[in-house]
Amino acid sequence: MAVEPLIELRDVNKHYGDLHVLQDINLTVGRGEVVVIIGPSGSGKSTLCRTINRLETIGSGEILLDGRPLPAEGKELAQLRAEVGMVFQSFNLFAHKTVLANVSLAQIKVRKRGREEADKRSRELLDRVGLASQAEKFPAQLSGGQQQRVAIARALAMNPKALLFDEPTSALDPEMINEVLEVMQQLAAEGMTMVVVTHEMGFARSAANRVVFMADGRIVEDRTPEAFFTAPESERARDFLSKILKH
Amino acid sequence: MHVLTDNFELYVQGFLGTVQLTVYASLLALVLGFLMASFRVAPVGSFRVFGTVWVNVLRNTPLTLLFFAVLLGLPRFGVVLPFQLFAVLTLGCYTSAFICEALRSGINTVPKGQGEAARSLGMTFGQTLGTVVLPQAFRSVIPPIGSTLIALAKNSAIAGAFSVTELLGTYKPLNEMGYNIIWTFVWIAVGYLIITLSISALFNVLEKRYGVAR
Repeated sequence: MAVEPLIELRDVNKHYGDLHVLQDINLTVGRGEVVVIIGPSGSGKSTLCRTINRLETIGSGEILLDGRPLPAEGKELAQLRAEVGMVFQSFNLFAHKTVLANVSLAQIKVRKRGREEADKRSRELLDRVGLASQAEKFPAQLSGGQQQRVAIARALAMNPKALLFDEPTSALDPEMINEVLEVMQQLAAEGMTMVVVTHEMGFARSAANRVVFMADGRIVEDRTPEAFFTAPESERARDFLSKILKH
Repeated sequence: MHVLTDNFELYVQGFLGTVQLTVYASLLALVLGFLMASFRVAPVGSFRVFGTVWVNVLRNTPLTLLFFAVLLGLPRFGVVLPFQLFAVLTLGCYTSAFICEALRSGINTVPKGQGEAARSLGMTFGQTLGTVVLPQAFRSVIPPIGSTLIALAKNSAIAGAFSVTELLGTYKPLNEMGYNIIWTFVWIAVGYLIITLSISALFNVLEKRYGVAR
């Protein structure tokens, strides 16, 4: 399908000292597309995800969002980040604020909504992720899965054009992974543009439009999940899949 | 005992002088320290450099030397202010370097992800610092800031050498009047204890109130 591009990376390179973590990355994510990035540890997939809202800077190349290049530090960058939600591996809920305040804070500070309007929207979103009853608690009182769902609600509260997920289930107990994946499945089904770095192959198979396989800072394969999982083209991908799918 | 009763007014004057210096210089140090700490963690390189230079120059200069520089140096460039104001400026700037570093260490105790989450939501640097990072840093910096302000109260004694009315300086007239030097100093020490213990008490309250573990 020919989709309008929302996120474009062109010849992106990044070094950490001598380590070339991103090598000539070219990636286009269309509006409404769900792209899952998989690959071995240290392959640069998290770094790639973080460059998209400039939590990591890049050495060379270009990143376009909705046709506009990423601005440098400052107000403009902040505005752009508000358009791209991010969900982290370690949840990163604001520890000193209640669940409700976590979801409302940026709506008030960035979107300039009134407190009541923001809280109303927050409660709707918390309800949507199944946590309406936890609104008054502090993050530390919730389980990991619940915290991650709050984090998703917090990102959604900004009405983002796209959501980035940086290993959203890697820090969770197996029992809690599903509750987070279910929320993500639902978002994908609703047409949210998503870039998901994950080790959850089941999610990649069922929700992704495309699977991007990365190794050693390069994109090795970029295909449909069906094609990737049944017949990986590269030796590196076959090797990776044989290791993780054995158990 | 009669050193105190005979010269109560002199003691009170000195005591109030020290209290004034401490309070005004503390306020200045807190404001400047806060500003410099923001500079030192700012995304803009020149701000960071400014903050670093500020801290290193002021922290590494002996306070007496700084007093000489300000009280004798500035008038040469046409800046003439009352000595007490000069003293507040000197003490405030000097202490702000220590406050800045205490705040910065507090900022470093807040996990990096907190700031990243705030920024990823589109909050500006100032909003991130003000609503997410500093409120969490605040809890861990209460004790070191208390110590710094106590040090400030005692450092204010140096101002006495530059003819600013303050507590330690009261020994000079009393000594000339022939009072027992030991008792003179005992009562001066009591005066300092009242000030420093009050600061301790204030920070104990703050710590009980806000320093709760997460």
